[in-house]
Amino acid sequence: MEYEIKKQDKFTIVLLKGDVDLYYSPGAREAILEHLNKKQNVLVDLSQVTYIDSSGVASLVEGYQMAKDHELEFGLVGASDAAINVLQLARLDKVFPIYGSVAERLSRGD
Amino acid sequence: MYPTEQLMRLEFPSRPDRLKILRCTIQCAAEMVGCRSDTANQIVIAVNEACMNIIQHAYEGDPNGRILVEISQTERQLRFQLTDSGKPVDLARIRPRDLNDIRPGGLGVHLISEIMDAVEYRRSADGKENLLAMLKGIA
Repeated sequence: MEYEIKKQDKFTIVLLKGDVDLYYSPGAREAILEHLNKKQNVLVDLSQVTYIDSSGVASLVEGYQMAKDHELEFGLVGASDAAINVLQLARLDKVFPIYGSVAERLSRGD
Repeated sequence: MYPTEQLMRLEFPSRPDRLKILRCTIQCAAEMVGCRSDTANQIVIAVNEACMNIIQHAYEGDPNGRILVEISQTERQLRFQLTDSGKPVDLARIRPRDLNDIRPGGLGVHLISEIMDAVEYRRSADGKENLLAMLKGIA
């Protein structure tokens, strides 16, 4: 799984790339949960995701729930058309906090 | 009744790293018969999810199983027939989950039923294979 980790302000940004499918989603899950386990707020950048299946979405749901349990912030940023299409079909687009970009989330303050 | 034409058959091992080839093939086939790209994208999602279910549940992660995907078309519809010889599918347990129940997993069946116009699961007459037929209008 190709991904990048960046720190910006109070967030760890996990930038996922390419197809987040059954083959690659275990890597995505590990990247997301690792930082939440370290008690870091996480934004998952989906702008370079070309495909995401239900296993990839499940990794996002797991991150969302873990963040909630640990009272951390978890959100999605820059969701590509491919990603937003699946989130809408799964009716999860209203569940996750979704921002246009990292800058959009940062401009909100708090 | 329109004649049915077989477009192609694709057989591959039950390995997650082969799903990309499946997706590319399905996308091309759907677009070739006249589906818009958004319809083709959705068909790809449904067929990919169905094959994932076979890998994860019928073959329980065993990479040595075989998955056969046959694509045929009538004038207005695409038909996908998936065949595997994995563990029998418990038909009573195949139902879309309650989407208000936010939890990882269980989304695949929902995506398939949301996208496809008709879905039918059955066991082959000799009891050796799972058969899944999915229909989608060409649009």
